[in-house]
Amino acid sequence: MSAVIDTHDHSHDQDHHHGPAKGFKRWLLTTNHKDIGTMYLIFSFTMFLLGGTMAMVIRAELFQPGLQIVEPAFFNQMTTMHGLIMVFGAVMPAFVGLANWMIPLMIGAPDMALPRMNNWSFWILPAAFALLVSTLFMSGGAPNFGWTFYAPLSTTYGPPSTTFFIFAIHMMGISSIMGAINVIATILNLRAPGMTLMKMPLFVWTWLITAFLLIAVMPVLAGVVTMMLMDINFGTSFFNAAGGGDPVLFQHVFWFFGHPEVYIMILPAFGAVSEIIPAFSRKRLFGYASMVYAVGAIALLSFVVWAHHMFTVGMPVAGEIFFMYCTMLIAVPTGVKVFNWVATMFRGSMTFEAPMLFSIAFVILFTIGGFSGLMLAIAPADFQYHDTYFVVAHFHYVLVPGAIFGIFASAYYWLPKWTGNMYDETLAKTHFWMSFIGMNLAFFPMHFLGLAGMPRRIPDYALQFADFNMVSSIGAFMFGSTQLLFLFIVVKCARGGEKAAAKPWDGAEGLEWTVPSPAPYHTFSTPPEVK
Amino acid sequence: MTTAKRSNTKVVGWCIAGVFGMFAFGFALVPLYNVFCDITGINGKTGGRYEGTTTAEADMSRTVKVQFIAQNGPHMPWTFRPAQTSITVHPGESTHVTFVAQNNTGRGMTAQAVPSLAPSEGVLFFHKTECFCFNQQTLAAGESIDMPLVFIVDRDLPEEIHTLTLSYTLYDQERMGEEPKDAKQVSTTTTKMTNNG
Repeated sequence: MSAVIDTHDHSHDQDHHHGPAKGFKRWLLTTNHKDIGTMYLIFSFTMFLLGGTMAMVIRAELFQPGLQIVEPAFFNQMTTMHGLIMVFGAVMPAFVGLANWMIPLMIGAPDMALPRMNNWSFWILPAAFALLVSTLFMSGGAPNFGWTFYAPLSTTYGPPSTTFFIFAIHMMGISSIMGAINVIATILNLRAPGMTLMKMPLFVWTWLITAFLLIAVMPVLAGVVTMMLMDINFGTSFFNAAGGGDPVLFQHVFWFFGHPEVYIMILPAFGAVSEIIPAFSRKRLFGYASMVYAVGAIALLSFVVWAHHMFTVGMPVAGEIFFMYCTMLIAVPTGVKVFNWVATMFRGSMTFEAPMLFSIAFVILFTIGGFSGLMLAIAPADFQYHDTYFVVAHFHYVLVPGAIFGIFASAYYWLPKWTGNMYDETLAKTHFWMSFIGMNLAFFPMHFLGLAGMPRRIPDYALQFADFNMVSSIGAFMFGSTQLLFLFIVVKCARGGEKAAAKPWDGAEGLEWTVPSPAPYHTFSTPPEVK
Repeated sequence: MTTAKRSNTKVVGWCIAGVFGMFAFGFALVPLYNVFCDITGINGKTGGRYEGTTTAEADMSRTVKVQFIAQNGPHMPWTFRPAQTSITVHPGESTHVTFVAQNNTGRGMTAQAVPSLAPSEGVLFFHKTECFCFNQQTLAAGESIDMPLVFIVDRDLPEEIHTLTLSYTLYDQERMGEEPKDAKQVSTTTTKMTNNG
């Protein structure tokens, strides 16, 4: 029993030694990493459905050319809120939830290092998103300037609700930073004896690096929204040319946060997939050390590539060349990772359960997204692709089969450990194939639309884009509705089903499989010995 | 156990220091960006008063066309235009041009002109020894003013640049940062200005 848990138990009258308290207070006051992990995952799935509903509104409007369903102003609010909710509400909290559940189990720790801060960092999130979503009902509507909230669209021209949006971003940032500090402290201080850094599972490694990225860039995001706040309400001119400011500065500061942010959303998925592929290939992960170094290299490079998002603002050629080559350099460590995943599968005795299907799709489709990223990195070509649907296709290919499939794979892989029951494999495979087909149907045609010149963030489009848009919408409806099946599978699994063994996957390795399924409320009160 | 707790404090301390450091770094990017732009000229902002020597011989073998654009920011009702829209100069010679501003409203107003030069590669070679943009302009109701601009195009202007376009946007200092309430009216004013120019 660690000192931290002791302190906690004295400070509350509840007796946590014999399992969770009853009722609502269990969830409100819990400091248990498993409870908090579960809450993070449920919260992120709720946000995923909410952001997904907004995506459905967008795709319904784009089903045909012309304005059918929503006003352009509301359409802009939908694209903005969809992006913000998916990035900050769905993907990031899902990974924090996985970290909460799995990192202590994987390194043999009794809990997270800072359990009460853990509780706090979760409960800030519902408040932050309630604030963000409430802007939809304010006069002037929700933020409508895109999730990148470029000044002066978001300062001079933003709706009155922008100030609420800024506070919501502040709260999300504080939550993420606290989560990151907790992860770092847990990994650095609570590893079981013998668990050296280079013996840690890759999911733990990728999260450690992600946590450092969060600490490095979330404060910069907080800074940029604070500057916006001051420009809007206190008469400063950070981004206002009339007062000597510069709107382009906004883009530099934003993307200094924004580019590491996209790695924050993908690195934990890299880690999860690096756990799952060896388990279902029944081989050790190929090139463990190179995987660790590759993640470190990606994280470091992410700080020197931000301006590739803004090649068209009018940069000197030297700047464009620098950011172009640095961006392309990221393909090298990423290529190492893809090679290692494929080499792990090579000549393995593979089986194709749902986690493995999602992981293989992850490797293939993320690579496609990486290639379109390389195309966008070419500065002279980017002038053609900039702000078109090609960009939309690119980042949905890295985020949907990247981050989201990584989360699905993790969920199926560890569900037996969380619930003690096996999920319904047939339904899970149906979920996979429907998601796989729907996702490709939705996003692949967007490449063609973008290359043909369809701009992003528009509610109406020229007639020649009609067919691809209809295909895309059908795919999006398919992908969206399939996620209700996922909800059903998870609920069904939580309520019962075939009992799971402590180690339900015969090829799986790691400390999390040494505890019974479902994992008891308190695990590793005595640290395990790692050889 | 106590060791673990102490090192938690240490790790958290370092992390929080990192967080505050990066928050400060975000704000430090503002002056860093301005310094970087001053050195490289990439954001098109021309510098302050030129203190360099003006005695250098003009390069009579070469001509550069300098174009002038004047436009109004949001809410700006003044008439604002260059007296001449373009002028051909020799690098090294000092040239005097004027911009005309008139306050058409019935009240006194203060305005600030913000310059921008294209192409940005020329910014470091465009020197202003005298410019109305160095100060704010205050005009009484109906008052009109001829505003001076004295500039020198540097002899070292890169060979491939033949034309420089200098644009001024005039902002109402009391209402900067406000969204134009009547976007249509603003765009009509802008069009009229361009025609005048």
